[in-house]
Amino acid sequence: MLRKNPRFMPSVPARSTRCLLLALGVLVTAYSGLAQQTPILSGGAGFLTDTNSGNTTYSPIIEPLLAAPLGQKLLVESRAALLESFSPIGADQPGYNHSHFIGLTYLQDDYVATPHITIVSGKFLIPFNTYNERLTPIWISNYQDAPLIFSLGLLSSSTGLGGMLRGNALQRKKYSIDYAYFYSARSGNEQFRASRGSGGRASIYLPEQRLEVGFSCDRLLQGTHENFYGAHVWWEPKDTAFRLRSEFGRGQHAQGYWIETDYRTHAFGGLDSAIGRIEPVFRIQQTFRIDTIASDGLPQANTQRADFGLDYNLPHYIRILTSYARQFSSTGNHNVWETGIVYRFLFPAWKGKQ
Amino acid sequence: MTSKHLIISLLFLASVSVLAVTAQQNNAPADKPSTSSDKHKRIVQTQDEGERVFQEHCSRCHGAPEGFSPRISGTIVRHMRVRASLSQHEEEVLRSFFNP
Repeated sequence: MLRKNPRFMPSVPARSTRCLLLALGVLVTAYSGLAQQTPILSGGAGFLTDTNSGNTTYSPIIEPLLAAPLGQKLLVESRAALLESFSPIGADQPGYNHSHFIGLTYLQDDYVATPHITIVSGKFLIPFNTYNERLTPIWISNYQDAPLIFSLGLLSSSTGLGGMLRGNALQRKKYSIDYAYFYSARSGNEQFRASRGSGGRASIYLPEQRLEVGFSCDRLLQGTHENFYGAHVWWEPKDTAFRLRSEFGRGQHAQGYWIETDYRTHAFGGLDSAIGRIEPVFRIQQTFRIDTIASDGLPQANTQRADFGLDYNLPHYIRILTSYARQFSSTGNHNVWETGIVYRFLFPAWKGKQ
Repeated sequence: MTSKHLIISLLFLASVSVLAVTAQQNNAPADKPSTSSDKHKRIVQTQDEGERVFQEHCSRCHGAPEGFSPRISGTIVRHMRVRASLSQHEEEVLRSFFNP
């Protein structure tokens, strides 16, 4: 049984795996001899457990990320996910069912065309709201589960296949404006599955207030054409380790929001003290059904959910993630318990010039 | 894609291009001859600014990586430029911050 997280799709046949390895091989050969520009191998490895309505799933996972600069303007980068999932057979039978998944999360090249325009092509994460691009890596997210509205605006696969323009449009001392605009073609390939659609995101950031406000919209251009709208607010007050992140999303058939806060205290010897490494996290989310045509991945009935998390940030970028959530819905209430340990790695892909 | 969407897309791209050109014109640097103390001061300022960029952009999502080879700092900064939509100036000071 796969985890509920929509980041992970069904397992892939051997042919697609060979394609994936070939693509990664191409990346590995993309070597630049420039100093400071040795390709990196980064990512996260973890062991996660998830008990949902009494059913426990165990998932060892590796998410490698490879980034290789080619000259001064081009960067090729890719992330993949390798996941094995175990869950008890149940019905008083011993043993576990298991399934595996190997998938290319994205594979894109970034060309810095001008100081304000970067051209992205390939398979890329759709820039709708913030969660998909910023918080899906396992070494970054505070919870194992994506928010309930995660799938809104992500055109079924959460990735696009085509091109994107993005960058910093305007930079001033008191504010900056950034943008992303994409067009995706339709693809049925196992590793490059995508829907036809276009859209974008624009946001303004106030560095003095550490406040970001942004708006997203996109349109599905195949089948029944649908529009999606989103907004996000992030706030991290200066000189504190408090963070507030939130998103609102609206589709043709449902809408919802989530608000997440986390905090680490400086009061007992700084963030690297035993107390400072503790990170309480809280997230509240609600979804509202507009009609019962369920094409968007959101719950069938209006749902409320509160997540209480307690993370611990060990040295060497190891994080212990624990959380309890209670989900309320007219279709039934249930508990979700999650624990996990995640290690983030970052090193040169191979020995380069000093 | 209908003609309406095409027009909206072109307008969006045109707006972005105008903003980009305007911002580029306003950010033209002026080089001046400098002494060694000026140079030192500028390095310190760049370091401070690089730390500020890291705090304002990178650390909003993740903590600072614990020590990495200087050989990969350029790659990390390039990756962050795309992910965090950093400006060219921010990319430069961040690179200097990683490699004082």
